[in-house]
Amino acid sequence: MDYVVLLKQVPDLAEELEIDDSGLDLAREWMSFVASEWDEYALEEALQLKEAGGGTVTCLALGVEAGDVDELLATCLARGADRVVKVGSYERQPDSHTAAAAFASALDGVAHDLVLTGVQAIDDLDGQVGPLLATRRGMPHVSVVTHIAIGGAGTTVTVHQEYAGGVVGEFEVDLPAVLGVQTSRVTPRYAPVSRVRQLMKTATIETVDGGADGQAGSGLVMEAMAVPESGGSAEMIVGNPAAIAERIATILAERGIGQGVGR
Amino acid sequence: MQRDLPVIKVDGVMELDHAVVEGVDISGHWNRMFLERSITEYPTEAMDWITSLAGGESMRDCYQCGKCVPVCPVNHVGDYGPRKLNVKVLRGNDLIDDPDLWLCTTCGNCYRVCPKEVNPLRIMPAIREQAVLQGKIPDELSDVFRNLQKSGNPMGESPRKRIDWVAEAGVDVPIISQLGRPVDVLWYVSDYTSYHPRGKDAARAMARVMTALGVDFAILGPEERSDGDSARLAGESGLFELLAEQNIKAFQKYEFKRLVVMDPHAYNAFRNQYPALGWEGDVLHYTQFLAPLIGQVEFRSSVELDVTYHDPCYLGRNNGEYDAPRTLLEAIPGIRLAEMPHTKANGYCCGGGGGGMWLDGFVADHVSERLSERRVREAVDTVGRDGPGVLSVACPYEPSRFEDAVKSTGNDGKLVVRDIIELIDQAMQPAPA
Repeated sequence: MDYVVLLKQVPDLAEELEIDDSGLDLAREWMSFVASEWDEYALEEALQLKEAGGGTVTCLALGVEAGDVDELLATCLARGADRVVKVGSYERQPDSHTAAAAFASALDGVAHDLVLTGVQAIDDLDGQVGPLLATRRGMPHVSVVTHIAIGGAGTTVTVHQEYAGGVVGEFEVDLPAVLGVQTSRVTPRYAPVSRVRQLMKTATIETVDGGADGQAGSGLVMEAMAVPESGGSAEMIVGNPAAIAERIATILAERGIGQGVGR
Repeated sequence: MQRDLPVIKVDGVMELDHAVVEGVDISGHWNRMFLERSITEYPTEAMDWITSLAGGESMRDCYQCGKCVPVCPVNHVGDYGPRKLNVKVLRGNDLIDDPDLWLCTTCGNCYRVCPKEVNPLRIMPAIREQAVLQGKIPDELSDVFRNLQKSGNPMGESPRKRIDWVAEAGVDVPIISQLGRPVDVLWYVSDYTSYHPRGKDAARAMARVMTALGVDFAILGPEERSDGDSARLAGESGLFELLAEQNIKAFQKYEFKRLVVMDPHAYNAFRNQYPALGWEGDVLHYTQFLAPLIGQVEFRSSVELDVTYHDPCYLGRNNGEYDAPRTLLEAIPGIRLAEMPHTKANGYCCGGGGGGMWLDGFVADHVSERLSERRVREAVDTVGRDGPGVLSVACPYEPSRFEDAVKSTGNDGKLVVRDIIELIDQAMQPAPA
């Protein structure tokens, strides 16, 4: 079973985000990047599936200049991926249409029974890379999945979608397929720095171009970017810790929460 | 590793049904003797593997005298001790999957008394490194490793926020990159002193004291990274090297005569580990830097406090500095210093070293109480029986650890925790009217 994982980096929220002078983009001077959380879940699921039933894991990421894609891919190898490929060349993270076109082209050279990617990412909340890729390659696709299991014959995959109200749907999908992963069965494993550093020096990171349709574009134009204004309905509790605690206790008491507990 | 062999094979037993010696009947099972025993059939793979690791060599030198067990702080609160660890290895356990691997705080008290110089400060990191490489690492610890890798501090805070405490210091704290000239003292503020709410109190006090003394100092600011020593002792040597490279690059960019640090773990790293990675210089813990200057401090009030002092493992036992902190405390007007039973070389570990700071939940499953709680009880017995006493500290791990322990042991009101620098700063202020 050949698993393919699509990953990208997103801005690290340890830094407070600032908007640049154009009012259309984030200020990038202090920005640092981390692997997208959902993509890490996708990788962990692929590694779990490989460890349970054998196979290979190949990781693809776009060759974006901002951040450090080489480190992202070396980290994938340190966690247990077999092969990593950098796709295309971009100054910064392109839109989902462009990304899906590039990944679709790259799959020509990568064996793939199951393609996993994070269901969405914090930088665009678009969630379209999976569906667009599946459309381009003519593969079935399910989003927001958990509980991924390969069928006994190795020709299908079953997944869960969790709905509101505690209802779960189970899907059986023919392979090859694309999945948008919501979470992994276990916390994504830690990649030891010593191994990542060694791999940064020794590992082979393959590169392929983004294909003929590599600048597909979404047709969307950013009109403005702004920090949300605080509304009037929330109460900001300020003061020293004792005063804050007292206010919280009062609010809880007013709402009848925690009555009869403690004291 | 699994071998189905007897650990001790008994070839014959002699037991007298009836024995009388000098008129005393000693019949019973306890006059039993083993005629022959084969003790050559221990599984040796685990010991062979551990002693093959760089740092693990001395594990084999143990001759089971047991001196280490009563001085091990973890033994006081659980079923753990260095000798017990050695027995596990002798019986074929490589410790990789054993919770005991993560209980040692690398406090070094066993090494101090060991006649064979078996050194867990080197053994434990060596085995832990293998566990980390195999991905067998407690989740809460790997979260901190991720933060250190990503942001250069265990909290995962922005490097830019490392200087947020400066705003409320009340004095000017120059950043060396903005100063553009050599300084006498490069002050390495360290993680908890920079980011933790209680640590920041010590940072501000230190800034005021140095300013009052006219010290020519500056800080690295956002360029400063965690010293990495606790990550190293917790088995992440690659992460330690990454952080050390970042700090060394910053140290080499600027001219300064002395490096003064708040954190004994940083002191240990810069003094004993960084030279092998390419940086060597004059490093002083802040207590060592201030001890010769304390006569110049103008105290304006008398604090009138009963104070005891907790020796940090990585300032005291593991680096031999017991006097400088006490010199400072004795110079503060109104302090009555009393020693706890576990003091100086036999100081009791707070539980935060060797990664313990980041393993609280994991360790809690294997001990009856936290080391910090046990230490706080000792401090209360020493200075907290007749009105509130002060547990003074000189390590930024400790205010939060001990203050939590004061609450969890029900000793609120009997003991307060203060960094020595906070007490100096307090006595430099005019007495409240």
